[in-house]
Amino acid sequence: MSEKTKVADIDRSRYDFRFEEDESNYLGSGLTPELVSDISHEKGDPEWMRELRLKSLEIYNKTKMVDWGPSINELDVSRIITYIRQKSRMNTDWNDVPDDIKQTFENLGIPQAERESLAGVGAQYDSELVYHNVRKEVAQSGVVYTDLESAMHDERYAEMIKKHFMKLVPPTDHKFAALHGAVWSGGSFVYVPKGVRLEIPLQSYFRLNAKGAGQFEHTLIILEEDSYLHFIEGCSAPKYYEAGLHAGCVELYVGKNATLRYSTIENWSKNMYNLNTKRALVSEGGKIEWVSGSFGSHVSYLYPMSILNGEGARAEFTGITFAGEGQNLDTGAKMVHNAPNTSSYMNTKSISKSGGISTFRSAVVVNKNASGSKSSVSCESLMLDSISRSDTIPAMDIRTKYADIGHEAKIGRISDESVFYLMSRGMSEQDAKAMIVRGFADNVSKELPLEYAMEMNNLIGLEMHGSIG
Amino acid sequence: MSQLLTITDLSVSAEDKPLLHGVSLNIEHGSTHVLMGHNGAGKSTLGLAIMGSPEYTVTGGKIEFDGADITNESAYERAKRGIFLSFQNPVEIPGITLSEFLRNSLEQISGKHMKLWDFKKMLKAAMELLNMDSSYADRDLNVGFSGGEKKKAEILQLLMLEPKLAILDETDSGLDVDAVKTVSQGINEYKSRTGGSLLIITHNTKILESLAVDKTHILSAGKIVSEGGAELVYDVIENGFDRYNSKE
Repeated sequence: MSEKTKVADIDRSRYDFRFEEDESNYLGSGLTPELVSDISHEKGDPEWMRELRLKSLEIYNKTKMVDWGPSINELDVSRIITYIRQKSRMNTDWNDVPDDIKQTFENLGIPQAERESLAGVGAQYDSELVYHNVRKEVAQSGVVYTDLESAMHDERYAEMIKKHFMKLVPPTDHKFAALHGAVWSGGSFVYVPKGVRLEIPLQSYFRLNAKGAGQFEHTLIILEEDSYLHFIEGCSAPKYYEAGLHAGCVELYVGKNATLRYSTIENWSKNMYNLNTKRALVSEGGKIEWVSGSFGSHVSYLYPMSILNGEGARAEFTGITFAGEGQNLDTGAKMVHNAPNTSSYMNTKSISKSGGISTFRSAVVVNKNASGSKSSVSCESLMLDSISRSDTIPAMDIRTKYADIGHEAKIGRISDESVFYLMSRGMSEQDAKAMIVRGFADNVSKELPLEYAMEMNNLIGLEMHGSIG
Repeated sequence: MSQLLTITDLSVSAEDKPLLHGVSLNIEHGSTHVLMGHNGAGKSTLGLAIMGSPEYTVTGGKIEFDGADITNESAYERAKRGIFLSFQNPVEIPGITLSEFLRNSLEQISGKHMKLWDFKKMLKAAMELLNMDSSYADRDLNVGFSGGEKKKAEILQLLMLEPKLAILDETDSGLDVDAVKTVSQGINEYKSRTGGSLLIITHNTKILESLAVDKTHILSAGKIVSEGGAELVYDVIENGFDRYNSKE
């Protein structure tokens, strides 16, 4: 089937590693302090970072596996460790990228050079030109946008990074945060000075050709008072990595009266375990706006968290999750009200199809000191057939009498009536269903810049193809 | 006049319950037909069966359109051939604007890409004709529309899609006097511009006032029990269906 976008069933053999004879003895060697020291040495870490890596490793080895969500028993950490160990000398080949992923690139109309970059097999793609223009405008505004590794060695930012790195998401947070702390590599550093409002969105897309970016990448964004930034992470093209684990970390610091919009369209290849951690700390009068589209991966655990730490701080989370065959996506958000008169708003949609499982998991915590706070949670699920599954697990922990809390949940199916109506207007059954799903996802698409919204609509169209007939 | 729609001895059931029993009905190119009958007589069923609703199973007979046997075709194939049904209860599609939906539909049916500018011009003209506020174009399809607005949106589609055969299922019911007038204007416009055929399912004559009715069919308990010209409509309105029903 030419328009298939994903691995129909998770055929492990397609993603199996190709080991040379003499390399196979790395298997099972585990994550050792020597390995972590090697990584640290290779990267030329400052001493504090080397210590943080080693400390994280200790924590990783002591922390037990996550056991409360979708099963990750099949995740073979030793393989990933081997991958990390060999990454520097591993020569991945375009020919090794699965056909279905190549086909999706084809369908999305992505140029060859870019495809190779997205598939993680090379850095030949020269986005420098596009990127250069963005960079010029950004630099003129005084905004710093660079990769974290080099920023760490720049005396202007070194202290700032040390002060914020893994302070919001400490390695003790969970096992994969600890793993991230030990082996993180690549990622972005953004600093927006006081009063600067950047009109153009920054896109991590341009950073994808940075070596090692993508899998254990770290994003650190700091917004000073009264500033504005829109940061866009990812793109609709499937991102493929041989080692099937993504354990990235995003730390966002939103200053007083500043607003940060953080948009993500994620389409990991269907062999991935996406165990990503995202967190924002919002000061007085500040605002974080999350826009999130989750389409890819085999298993996802993803719950961006907003800590409303100053009076009047606000958070909005708008998300869509699309779980197809072989996918178990556990997504949602967490809001913590930690100051008076804070407000949070969650609006999520989830779609499950062809046996996919989509779980919405949310938590709202309103602390004693957060009187006068408001929170509203709305989640809607759409199941496209009777073999798919959708669950809603909302949690609320309200510790003050003076809060206004609302929750609304809806689970439904596409009605035959709607499909027939659209068919009577010339649309095939498949197109009719795709249109209904696209409409369902409009909470997210209308929050995205036009070209991203169109990409997302294309992606929904592709995901819907092959589901019928 | 040559035949556009030929229904021969059509029997239809839904969930094993027979609803139509050997209905035969012919509609010529450019003619206007009226279908009347009690509630539950099977009028909507016939309209939906012509459109190809998967809710109904054809258990006997056939439907031909423009010389082709369409009995087993799906709804979108029939739509592409030029059949249109104005629904009694149009569905709401959240997240898709009326304009986006219409453009998509128009492109599917014509098989041609339509320039946004041309489309917008065409849409604006059609909406003006129907006294529809232009803001409706950017509202989600039928979501939060009143009953009258939904019916107008159906006629808007009729004007934009220009089918060969339009089946109007109680498009006039639940409308106030002014709205009926506007809808009638839309139907007249369709008729005079395209010369298309109409099958109008209705309970009253207001919508027919400015149309020249060629033929009237009366359906009772899933059967055509009487046929005649325009005069039959007025006879039914005055005297009721009872004497036709007794023919069974």
